[in-house]
Amino acid sequence: MGKKLLLQHDNVPGIDTYEVYRQQGGYASVEKALKMTSDEVVEEVKKSGLRGRGGAGFPTGMKWSFLAKPEGVPRYLVCNADESEPGTFKDRYLMQRHPHLLIEGMITASYALGANTAYIYIRGEYFYIVNILEKAIEEAYTAGWLGDNIQGTGYSLNMYVHPGAGAYICGEETALLESLEGKRGNPRIKPPFPAVKGLYACPTVVNNVETIAAVVPIVNMGGDEYAKIGIGKSTGTKLISASGHIKKPGVYEIELGLPVEEFIYSEEYCGGILNDKKLKAVVPGGSSVPVLPAELSLKTPTGEPRLMSYESLSEGGFISGSMLGSGGFIVMDETTSIVRNLHTFTRFYHHESCGQCSPCREGTGWMEKITHKILDGHGTLADIDLLWDIQRKIEGNTICPLGDAAAWPVAAAIRHFREEFEEYVSNPASIVDVKHYYNIHNLVEA
Amino acid sequence: MSEVKFNDETLAVVHNLIRRYPEGRHKSALLPILHLAQAEFGGWLSPATMDYVASILNIKPVEVYEVASFYSMYNLNPVGKCILEVCRTSSCWLRGADDVIRHIEKRLNIQVGETTADGMFSLKAVECLGSCGTAPMMQVGKDFHENLTLEKVDELLTQFADEDKHSRYCDANTYRKN
Repeated sequence: MGKKLLLQHDNVPGIDTYEVYRQQGGYASVEKALKMTSDEVVEEVKKSGLRGRGGAGFPTGMKWSFLAKPEGVPRYLVCNADESEPGTFKDRYLMQRHPHLLIEGMITASYALGANTAYIYIRGEYFYIVNILEKAIEEAYTAGWLGDNIQGTGYSLNMYVHPGAGAYICGEETALLESLEGKRGNPRIKPPFPAVKGLYACPTVVNNVETIAAVVPIVNMGGDEYAKIGIGKSTGTKLISASGHIKKPGVYEIELGLPVEEFIYSEEYCGGILNDKKLKAVVPGGSSVPVLPAELSLKTPTGEPRLMSYESLSEGGFISGSMLGSGGFIVMDETTSIVRNLHTFTRFYHHESCGQCSPCREGTGWMEKITHKILDGHGTLADIDLLWDIQRKIEGNTICPLGDAAAWPVAAAIRHFREEFEEYVSNPASIVDVKHYYNIHNLVEA
Repeated sequence: MSEVKFNDETLAVVHNLIRRYPEGRHKSALLPILHLAQAEFGGWLSPATMDYVASILNIKPVEVYEVASFYSMYNLNPVGKCILEVCRTSSCWLRGADDVIRHIEKRLNIQVGETTADGMFSLKAVECLGSCGTAPMMQVGKDFHENLTLEKVDELLTQFADEDKHSRYCDANTYRKN
């Protein structure tokens, strides 16, 4: 069994209630942190090497140390619970089953940052989790972990849940802040970064759910101990959302550095490919990251085993690598049409572009139309080149990373599976015969 | 349609929500209040409903319209009592979401984006709802229906047709009374 830090009590009945959570050692990190100075807590997080678990992988301790601290200006901690990256469902799992772990992490982090108000911005589609969090926050207030003068230390913190209303873009931190201010989710031009001018133009840290939860074991065991877990600069554990053509989809906590092959085929994790088919491709980190063909999923370009870590998954750059991203691990078997799967992505990004920047607003629409045209049997070889051309013109030319996120999956699909696109445009009859998905009756092949 | 006005209980919740944000930042409560308004006033946001929300927050109506039109969960046109939101993105597609959508279309005799003639059901195809490990799935109100089979879809449709309430994401009891 791999090391479990976030899901170690996953099988304890009632762990979502305060009593049981506390019996299992919950809120110890708050007790410990309140006896330290806030800078000492930040130092532990820095030492831990924790990197943002939302997708970008930016060092959390460094992000915290950028927070401006002007006199008399409030600071905010905002939890990014807008989880919308296709293939990702680990934050939902964590909040639903372990709401107090998030709240505990929020309190410890808020203390470290000197924030007296914290918001959890959760995607509106997760409204049933709003109920769960509201109940857990109420319990934390009753037990004296929130409110004025927490545990007699003089430190005060209020915490609120704020629902979004359906917009992938609000997972981008400045769009999230706009949305939290009651506006359209249009990303802001940076700088200034949220650490200087964030919510209500005040210094703000925005962290992902899993990142904030990881602060709990870090403070409990100490940053140095946490840094011993994992591999190289990929320290600690990571929640992986596994979906697609595997025998056991679900959320798994892995120690970073686990071989991809073990993750896919071992009984402890995905249990192998559905119906014992062959592996065709993997999207290892959510829809935005490049798709990898089977051989490059399991081995790096130099023939080493590919590992579940920030470094190993990106080895080879975008030519032969990908990214750990959010840990949204989508597996496709040998019958999958890469073009059809790509179409669900191009349609997604077109739907979710906020429309602020022309390359993204126009380009995502074109990419959806062209992939649709190819699937409809009307594509030409020139369309494949046009698709390539459009994605290149989006990447790097937008205010926020949604443009890049829309471009990368298109580039990778063409780079690794160009022959499939060519087959579709030169022989449209082949499209009809593609067994592109499983019939849902017992998931036998259609 | 009856007058657009929250009852006292919901109004108390609305004022609690407004107090969650700093003095002068009450506009922050717009999204949660729009959700409540949609749930209470027929499942969609009519111009009258949006104007009412603007008056509560003392902001211009256009500030409400521009927000309501940005987010996919707000309906700007009348919808069926029961809205079936079927996820169609990658992981759900890989596990048969197309079958679910086609099956519902056939059974209800409507296309994606339409409402049945009796005003009972609306069908929406939506983007990833974070249920990839339990695909295929659909959301109805705040409930996630996961690991769908066509039989399960049939059972659910029969069950929903018998229900009196329209599907909603939230109500006055969603939030704690702070």
